Amino acid sequence: MDLGEINPVLLVASLMVAATPLLLAAIGELVVEKAGVLNLGVEGMMIVGAISGFAISVETGSPWLGFIAAAIGGAVLSLLFVLLTQFALANQVASGLALTLFGLGFSALMGQGYVGIKPPSMGDIHIPVISDIPVIGPILFQHDPILYLGIALTALVWAVLKYTRVGLILRAVGENHDAAHALGYKVIKIRILAIMFGGACAGLGGAYISLIRVPQWTEGMTAGVGWIALALVVFASWKPWRVLLGAYLFGGITVLQLNLQAAGVAIPVEYLAMSPYIITILVLVILSADKSSAPASLGRTFHASH
Amino acid sequence: MIVLEKRPQPSKVWSYATPLVAVLATMFFGGVLFAILGKNPVEAIGTIFWEPLFGEFSFYYRPQLLVKGAPLVLIAIGLSLGFRAGIWNIGAEGQYIMGAIFGAGAGLAFYPLEGWYIFPIMVLAGAFGGWLWAMIPAFLKVRFGTNEILVSLMLVYVAEQMLASVSLGLLKNPEGFGFPGSRNLQSYESAHNAELIAGSGMHWGVVAAFIAVIFAYVLLNRHMLGFHIRLTGEAPRAAKFAGVNPARLILFCLGLAGALAGLAGMFEVSGPAGVVSIDFNVGYGFTAIIVAFLGRLHPVGILLAGFLMALTYIGGEIAQSQLGLPAAAIQVFQGMLLFFLLAFDLLTNFRIRAARNEVA
Repeated sequence: MDLGEINPVLLVASLMVAATPLLLAAIGELVVEKAGVLNLGVEGMMIVGAISGFAISVETGSPWLGFIAAAIGGAVLSLLFVLLTQFALANQVASGLALTLFGLGFSALMGQGYVGIKPPSMGDIHIPVISDIPVIGPILFQHDPILYLGIALTALVWAVLKYTRVGLILRAVGENHDAAHALGYKVIKIRILAIMFGGACAGLGGAYISLIRVPQWTEGMTAGVGWIALALVVFASWKPWRVLLGAYLFGGITVLQLNLQAAGVAIPVEYLAMSPYIITILVLVILSADKSSAPASLGRTFHASH
Repeated sequence: MIVLEKRPQPSKVWSYATPLVAVLATMFFGGVLFAILGKNPVEAIGTIFWEPLFGEFSFYYRPQLLVKGAPLVLIAIGLSLGFRAGIWNIGAEGQYIMGAIFGAGAGLAFYPLEGWYIFPIMVLAGAFGGWLWAMIPAFLKVRFGTNEILVSLMLVYVAEQMLASVSLGLLKNPEGFGFPGSRNLQSYESAHNAELIAGSGMHWGVVAAFIAVIFAYVLLNRHMLGFHIRLTGEAPRAAKFAGVNPARLILFCLGLAGALAGLAGMFEVSGPAGVVSIDFNVGYGFTAIIVAFLGRLHPVGILLAGFLMALTYIGGEIAQSQLGLPAAAIQVFQGMLLFFLLAFDLLTNFRIRAARNEVA
């Protein structure tokens, strides 16, 4: 056991990488839940994004096209959720579960020919001068573009929800869909767009795992990240910057336990590997006391009967 | 323009018909999927649904229906009670694993002692293991209001790590030449969940599944607690005024679901599987969610749905070996089933009619 081998700079840099899939998926789900829809299919949309992105970037040789395909893949899968919950008015919890079960199977089917292949690398952005600053450089300025996209997306979602009319309408739909409907807003249309945005984000997050974080394809490789992302939204009390904070916290735990495994700490590997899940539960318990910030129409089906 | 009109009462006819329509739609679109994969769709669907029941080797496959169906039915019965009351336990897979670990652990603790009392102790231990695992989300929900969906699901991953840990450590076979996995319970007579009639596939787990179906039926139709479960699901406000204690209901529904899932795991590990190993669980806990919905959360429906799902498992395996159909295709097939079921359920609660164009 040698804890001295853990380099704090690399640790922080890699925790940002570990946090990005979570951040992308969670910020998408945040928008969905702000619109009053609970989509439990994040895990399914992530894994479909992971394989779509992987397959397209292997076939075309372009990781960029891969990420675009992943976003489309996630959004297309989310359309199934739209169909069930917005048109067939099915229970959102059950529909989300269906999406996850279907997505896991579907991705395994699509990914059969891609096991053991290495995807094309995206490469990191190297800005001259500032990326060479010791400590700060490797932590902040030597990452892949998608990691920055995740942060930019967080800022965008925050700004749109807080300062724009679109954000206000979205929140109105999530808080009280009957009132929003009475004011003439197209509740269903707004929710469909929000769900598709969530799907695209989850797809990006999944592709980040298969193209950058790991990078390879294995069945079920998202391993619960989608569910942790759902927990993260609750943890963040539906606030975008808190999602970022939470994602880095969980990323940190994941990276730290991996580092401890590698350093050969006397704790068995299995107990380290279960730690992110246990910590998720603990955080949920601590924060579940305050439910006041949840959108009031969350999970309720809207049907304009008159 | 098509308009949905809410029915004053859910349609009786459609509530029976939707599962059938969903199965037919799944067969059709599954066939399309198989055709895209380059297989003859008619042959593939035929292999899945016909071969296990009436094919050349059906004498071998029919008992397998019981073996695969029993854990699904056991777990789904437990889940359905919670689902009816709006309590979402989706971590049955974890409870199943813990039941297996506790059950096998209790049995192996006696090794190599033989005695009639060993198997009953294992049954209790298995149920206890599953119950304990389900009590975590139940307690957290009751005490702190924590979301049971997320907690029970997170605990699946924790249970999987526990399983890896005990297969490599605590329960590892000391005479296993260093390979992971426990002693084989099939060769330890007192702990073996053997077939009750040789070659029938009928083991204690199947018996337990049938008992669970009857128990759930009586509970829901003849007992106050069952009425409270139904009331809470269908009219939560009325339930509140009627003095239904939600905490008690949560503890009961999650606890029972956990115990049944634990039993399923215990019967599986001591019978068909035999050993506690890293890849012991095969997703019954998740497939049981589909079974519960396909059976319309009704005990008898679940019994039928469980055997239909077992059929797709076995038929899928046959299609895999005979036609080279990928295993994942069956998983997609099962996922599709839940999809169509939820979609067609619309017809149970709404009437579709044409209407004049108006401002929506």
